[in-house]
Amino acid sequence: MTTALTATAPSSRGPRLRTRTVNKHSVDRPRRSPLLTVLTAVVLVYSLVPLVWLLVNSTKTQGDLFSSFGLWFGDSFALWDNVVATLTYDDGVFVRWLGNTVLYVVLGAGGATFLAILGGYALAKFDFPGKRGVFAVVIGAVAVPGTALAVPTFLMFSQMGLTNTPWAVIIPSLISPFGLYLMWTFAAEAIPTELLEAARIDGAGEFRTFFRVSLPLLAPGIVTVLLFTMVATWNNYFLPLIMLRDSDWYPLTLGLNAWNAQAATAGGEAIFHLVITGSLLTILPLVAAFLVLQRYWQSGLAAGSVKE
Amino acid sequence: MTARTTTRTTRWLRGTAVAGVLALGLTACASGETDSGEATQDADSALEEGGEITVWAWDPTLESVAADFEAEHPNVTVNLENVGTGNDQYTALQNAIAAGDGVPDVAQIEFYALPQFALSEALADLTAYGADELDGTFTPGPWGAVQQEGGVYALPTDSGPMALFYNKRVFDEHGIEVPTTWEEYVEAARTLHEADPDAYLTNDVGDAGFTTSMIWQAGGRPYQVEGTDVTIDFTDEGTQQFTSTWQSMLDEELVAPVGSWSDEWYQGLSDGSIASLVIGAWMRGNLESSVPDASGDWAVAPMPQWESGEEVTSENGGSSLAIPAASENADLAWAFLEYATVGDGIATRVDEGAFPATVAELEDPAFREQEFEYFGGQQVNEVLADSSANVAEGWQYLPFQVYANSIFNDTVGQAYVSDTTLTDGLTTWQEQSTTYGNDQGFTVNQ
Amino acid sequence: MFVGPFMLVFALVFLAPIVYSLYLSVFRTQMVGGTTFVGLDNYARAMQDPQFWEGLARVSLFLVVQVPIMLGIALLVALAIDSGRLYGKSFFRISIFMPYAVPAVVASLMWGFMYGTRFGLVGNLNDALGVSLPDPLSPDLVLASIGNIVTWEFVGYNMLIFYAALRVVPHSLYEAAEIDGATQWQVVRSIKIPAIRGALVIATIFSIIGSFQLFNEPSILQSLAPNAITTSYTPNLYAYSLSFSGQQYNYSATVAIIMGLITMVIAYVVQLRGMRKEA
Repeated sequence: MTTALTATAPSSRGPRLRTRTVNKHSVDRPRRSPLLTVLTAVVLVYSLVPLVWLLVNSTKTQGDLFSSFGLWFGDSFALWDNVVATLTYDDGVFVRWLGNTVLYVVLGAGGATFLAILGGYALAKFDFPGKRGVFAVVIGAVAVPGTALAVPTFLMFSQMGLTNTPWAVIIPSLISPFGLYLMWTFAAEAIPTELLEAARIDGAGEFRTFFRVSLPLLAPGIVTVLLFTMVATWNNYFLPLIMLRDSDWYPLTLGLNAWNAQAATAGGEAIFHLVITGSLLTILPLVAAFLVLQRYWQSGLAAGSVKE
Repeated sequence: MTARTTTRTTRWLRGTAVAGVLALGLTACASGETDSGEATQDADSALEEGGEITVWAWDPTLESVAADFEAEHPNVTVNLENVGTGNDQYTALQNAIAAGDGVPDVAQIEFYALPQFALSEALADLTAYGADELDGTFTPGPWGAVQQEGGVYALPTDSGPMALFYNKRVFDEHGIEVPTTWEEYVEAARTLHEADPDAYLTNDVGDAGFTTSMIWQAGGRPYQVEGTDVTIDFTDEGTQQFTSTWQSMLDEELVAPVGSWSDEWYQGLSDGSIASLVIGAWMRGNLESSVPDASGDWAVAPMPQWESGEEVTSENGGSSLAIPAASENADLAWAFLEYATVGDGIATRVDEGAFPATVAELEDPAFREQEFEYFGGQQVNEVLADSSANVAEGWQYLPFQVYANSIFNDTVGQAYVSDTTLTDGLTTWQEQSTTYGNDQGFTVNQ
Repeated sequence: MFVGPFMLVFALVFLAPIVYSLYLSVFRTQMVGGTTFVGLDNYARAMQDPQFWEGLARVSLFLVVQVPIMLGIALLVALAIDSGRLYGKSFFRISIFMPYAVPAVVASLMWGFMYGTRFGLVGNLNDALGVSLPDPLSPDLVLASIGNIVTWEFVGYNMLIFYAALRVVPHSLYEAAEIDGATQWQVVRSIKIPAIRGALVIATIFSIIGSFQLFNEPSILQSLAPNAITTSYTPNLYAYSLSFSGQQYNYSATVAIIMGLITMVIAYVVQLRGMRKEA
């Protein structure tokens, strides 16, 4: 597979060799292709149909849900009623769950990103004994099914008095192996080693160098890792299920599942319309976060490739 | 910081050693041989002294009961927590018992799961509080279910005597008579499905609770338990009677392949395409709250019989409240338990739609003659209460029924999706349950 | 130092439970009889346990079929978006990534509803087109249906990883290729794919781990298709059932450890092969 082309310019050194010739026709501004657009649109439709289903069905009453075509609106338009009912059902417990989820995301995803930045940076820029082993151990540990480790983890956390507290959810979310990998590769490319050496010669301490020199360069990578860890924490389901008993500490995923299970309880009340509307409300903040972060992210990526 | 880490580590190591021994809280000691009068006094003084108890239950009617109890005893706080329905809650309870931390003072446990917790001594024997003197307070089915080996390990909160819930509108439309025997029931299933290929008399995709309840009514007694000696036998006459009838329902595709509690199921109950259910009495409340659009369509009739003219029924579901042996506030827990299951709590729960397990309520004319608008003014409770009096005796669940039920669909469930028959499926179920029981140290005979 | 905090938390939430599982796996706890040391008995039992091996075979099939399809679609979309030849590419990028925002719980509930042959989308299609589509939740098709859900959830995620890797491929390479008169396909084959090999390898490894740990989707669909998805449907589901319904913590830990070892070996082989090609 080694062709003359790749051999002449290894990718890691690429950006510095880059010339800024603006060819108006080809590489940077190629012709648009309707055929390719249509083909990709097929994947797009596949991705969006279930989301459309969710949106359409959150406008239906419990009765309509059962009697109208899935991908089109029912007789009634009850989106607003459903949203109000979702937010006020059971003394507004949904809002409480939303707050919990935000707490877990801020501390969990924020912490995970921070740890991944530190770890990835160290792996990329420092030599220390056992460095090669670190990633192997991380991958190895990830390979063991988490569901089966749930009971040991539960018993351990229980001994430490952490179960049924937010910490039982936050601490395990602090580890993002994929985030570590991303930061590692990103730091390797984004921070020129000469820059670090220069800083060291100037007598800057390692931490000062890290915060002043490296962190700004890592910004686009940080946004990416933050995005992934946010999604992971927001959607975390299994661990809270084991660790939490008090529904006051539930995240949204667990709460929604509890609502769904309510239909199967003697004396319970089926509230599928609230489950569906709640699901919609659950993914909206993430979608919003994507749209907002995408701009930073896009500019970050672009900066990474256009710079010099 | 270092010192702290060390203590944590040692604590954890100690924890692992202990946890290795426990899987089901074997360290829990059985509550002592206290005289019951003394214990009742303890409960009274505990009430005065006050305190806090934690109750794990998913039954929504307990919320008002807890609030009333707190109002009556201002020094007492009841933390009612919904830890999940059924299995989810048992898992949490087992984990908490194994960890020896965070065990509730009162836990809701379904009848089928009780033997498992009682046998491992995870629950307090309530005879210390005089629970054995409550003989006659509860209907026979639930009362039999809470007793194990001479002890009383829980008190029933609700019961599920079975009855036939049917969609009267659909029955009338197709001129179907309400079936009184299973033979008529199969006939009705044929008539309905022929008249309307989209409609089914009932649904079933394999449900351990339903199948065991049906075998129970047919006279089968597949489980025999004496301490750790267990017999599992799905070849008796009663079992065969059920399987041959139900197999023909399956073969002729007269059963809607829709899982109970799914959205499709509710949809079917709502639009009449699932026209009847043979199910526990608690379904009355579920229909009212979750299938509001079908108000006026449904009615209740006695459970179909194997022999014309008989009046034999069985229990389907139903649960109880128990006190885990690890509870640190057992006296107060008992006070609450008593209030909720034999005291003023019953009335509150019945008002909110629960189906009681106490004889006094079931025989109360006001209860029996209540007219339900949802059921077209029918005095539904009369049918249901009669069913609870006719529950067949002598049924036992396995001391590892939770596990056995969890593999029901792996084994018997295959009869619903392949060429396997129900009888074959039951045989496999029997074998796998036997293997598990023996692995767990029971002596299981087939 | 910098890696310290990560490794510390990592040791607490990953390594300690694994060590504890190793400890559990050499004991046996019975409801009647308590706990005894049994050496490697649990491992011997797993070796002969048909339920375990059937589950493993099932996820292996899933791995061989679903992962290439998912990564293939993701790569094609990433290349299409990166090529700049699409109309509205940022709309495509964000929209295709969107399903990743949907929690597995919600995704499985949604698809489960749509799979319904009576009232679901499949049922609607049957009614509308007068056809009779097979039941996606029947035992023969349910694995494919799960594959569809997983593909739906993760195409966008993998696409984004590939896309991000493609963005840092230096444009000078394309310019050089253009001067040489290379076609689009040649550029893709000779420049783009080799350049993002690292991303491909890591996405493959994470997908392998994901397949072998398949749990959320089957466990939530189980309530809709209880007979098709057995309690030992995937090794992870099996470990879960053993531990939670059966209190067989010891055997469950054993199954988890064996699965972990198998996953590690395969991931390692993939990594070796991937890296060798890169060299």
